[in-house]
Amino acid sequence: MLEIKNLHARIADDGAEILRGIDLTVKPGEVHAIMGPNGSGKSTLSYILAGKEDYEVTEGDILFNGESILEMAPEERASAGVFLAFQYPIEIPGVATMTFLKTAMNAQRKARGEEELSTPEFMRRVKDKAGELQVTMDMLKRPLNVGFSGGEKKRAEILQMALLEPSLCVLDETDSGLDIDALRVVADGVNKLRSPERSSIVITHYQRLLDHIVPDVVHVLSKGRIVKTGGKELALELEKNGYAEFVGAAA
Amino acid sequence: MPAVQETIDRVRSIDVDQYKYGFFTDIESDKAPKGLNEDIIRFISAKKDEPEWMLEWRLDAYRRWLTMTEPTWARVEYPPIDFNDIYYYSAPKTAAGPKSLDEVDPELLETYEKLGIPLREQEILAGVEPKNRVAVDAVFDSVSVVTTFKEELKKAGVIFCSISEAMREHPELVRKYLGTVVPVTDNFYATLNSAVFTDGSFVYVPEGVRCPMELSTYFRINEQNTGQFERTLIIADKGAYVSYLEGCTAPQRDENQLHAAVVELIALDDAEIKYSTVQNWYPGDSEGKGGIYNFVTKRGDCRGKNSKISWTQVETGSAITWKYPSCILRGDNSRGEFYSIAVSNGCQQIDSGTKMMHLGKNTSSRIISKGISAGRSQNTYRGLVSAHRKASNARNFTQCDSLLIGQDCGAHTVPYIESKNATAVFEHEATTSKISDDQMFYCQQRGLSGEEAVALIVNGFVKDVIQQLPMEFAVEAQKLISISLEGSVG
Ligand SMILES: Nc1ncnc2c1ncn2[C@@H]1O[C@H](COP(=O)(O)OP(=O)(O)OP(=O)(O)O)[C@@H](O)[C@H]1O
Ligand SMILES: [Mg+2]
Repeated sequence: MLEIKNLHARIADDGAEILRGIDLTVKPGEVHAIMGPNGSGKSTLSYILAGKEDYEVTEGDILFNGESILEMAPEERASAGVFLAFQYPIEIPGVATMTFLKTAMNAQRKARGEEELSTPEFMRRVKDKAGELQVTMDMLKRPLNVGFSGGEKKRAEILQMALLEPSLCVLDETDSGLDIDALRVVADGVNKLRSPERSSIVITHYQRLLDHIVPDVVHVLSKGRIVKTGGKELALELEKNGYAEFVGAAA
Repeated sequence: MPAVQETIDRVRSIDVDQYKYGFFTDIESDKAPKGLNEDIIRFISAKKDEPEWMLEWRLDAYRRWLTMTEPTWARVEYPPIDFNDIYYYSAPKTAAGPKSLDEVDPELLETYEKLGIPLREQEILAGVEPKNRVAVDAVFDSVSVVTTFKEELKKAGVIFCSISEAMREHPELVRKYLGTVVPVTDNFYATLNSAVFTDGSFVYVPEGVRCPMELSTYFRINEQNTGQFERTLIIADKGAYVSYLEGCTAPQRDENQLHAAVVELIALDDAEIKYSTVQNWYPGDSEGKGGIYNFVTKRGDCRGKNSKISWTQVETGSAITWKYPSCILRGDNSRGEFYSIAVSNGCQQIDSGTKMMHLGKNTSSRIISKGISAGRSQNTYRGLVSAHRKASNARNFTQCDSLLIGQDCGAHTVPYIESKNATAVFEHEATTSKISDDQMFYCQQRGLSGEEAVALIVNGFVKDVIQQLPMEFAVEAQKLISISLEGSVG
């Protein structure tokens, strides 16, 4: 599904190196968790997967379904099945969430050579998924992310993910800002999407999300490198002892 | 920055190819000799079979115009216009006299079809009212070629015809109202228009009548070196209501063409006029070659108490736009509104806005202006809100938002406020923003192309104004805005 090989990347503007040789392989159906201290490069990795142009890949490659995606535009990657749930979702003033959802779904369908969704079919799907994620009709009518609470923004991200049905889901701190009930709703949403063909990368600081979304593999990222990889018990260990041990090893 | 940079490059490459209405109809036309003098004015007046007073009115305007100079205060630049190098009258040969639909030259019908303008009257099927029925007056160069649904409107008492026809058929109404909102000497271009105007639409909605359908006029400039000087006069009598829409297009040409229109609206007691414009004149190419000079005077007079006039404009075309649809709030409790979307791209220059002149008591006005600048264009909002000494409790709310796409364009806001009454409350809010790289990336991550992302964000930006348009035109307007901002079609 996804193979990241010796990935080095820096900030395009000032040349500062953020990722210093990442190797990561995610097989179909697997859920990988990435943990690590603030500023270690987790969000940067997710942006580079999605194709943000602020970063420059200086070495290594990213293969998605066996092919390099480094030359692909963000929208091409999206239509190919890469989805990023943003740590800080962006506001789009004046554009109703509903309109945004429809535009995005149809843009991807068009790129894949599929028919546009009919309005009733679109509405059916939205109502379905919105219900599951407890996103209200009122929220769907409001401009996307404008004035949404932290938790509402995260639920709106998962709603988009559920509707776009990507094959690789990257969730960047989707749990932060969620109350306990919302955490369960969001985790249920993500778990529903789990399937043998779909893989996920879950970036988080807290074990409690991983109680709900149980990962197959856990990685620790520090200073732009993966310094430790283990099973789900690694997250428990981190919760107890902190990063000190691994961060030290990386230095 | 990179994502937006790409958009800028795309937008910068805007080209004549983007302008979908740039074709020319090869049709024989009847023209006055080039240039302007009293004989030309007599020629126009004779062509139109006008009454003597009208000719005098024109000649008077012409003599005054000779003493006037072009205004230079707007933030627009262009080489001097040679007013003797313009044809002031051009009409398709086959268009003489009022026509019924079956008599209209098929070539013309086809032209309007290509422009997407319905000139056929849909039949009313056994009691089923077709929705979205719109009556159209089609003005081709200097003359109106057809007006649809006239008979049906007549049943409701509504007069909708070309102004030339109105002058012949309803001279008392024309004489009573023409030039009462925009006086002959109002400004250089309005005076020129008064001398040489060739056609335009006339609407009269009698007392207590709600006009049963949308009215619209489509202006098309076809001939080369031809100026279009149309004149529109709309009167809503006591308690009447009318919604009117104008649209306009022109072929793409290398030389500039002048369009100097005058529109006058009059709302009597308790009447309401809603006037919408979708302006899509040829904007010129990416280097600024060609395009229409759109120098227009539009003004509404809320003459009666509780009257209301609302202007909505979507301006995407023209090389230069100079236009300030305004309201004179004369009647007590009258209300004026101005909703504007002005999109400039390539080398376009827009200097547009409104004047709200509060004269009566308890008058209110609202201005929502959304300017979008891209390419190397300049986009200025210029507005005046004034309260007369006697205008107690005047209220205005103004919101001016500018959106910049790229580094090479400019947005300017020039609001003037003049209050001679202490009870007036005028509020003004202004914002300037850019489409951020983060917004672009977010949309692209969801699968939108750069162009689709810009279109979506821009449509969000202009939503408050789009909502003011009659429903059947809102979608069109949205599409038009996207196309105007399109670069190479991706
Ligand atoms: N566009 C950018 N410009 C400047 N610095 C950047 C940029 N993007 C990332 N950085 C820097 O790179 C480092 C890694 O940032 P990143 O956001 O990837 O960390 P993170 O692991 O997601 O942290 P957190 O847990 O706080 O979300 C930080 O020092 C950050 O300041
Ligand atoms: Mg982060």
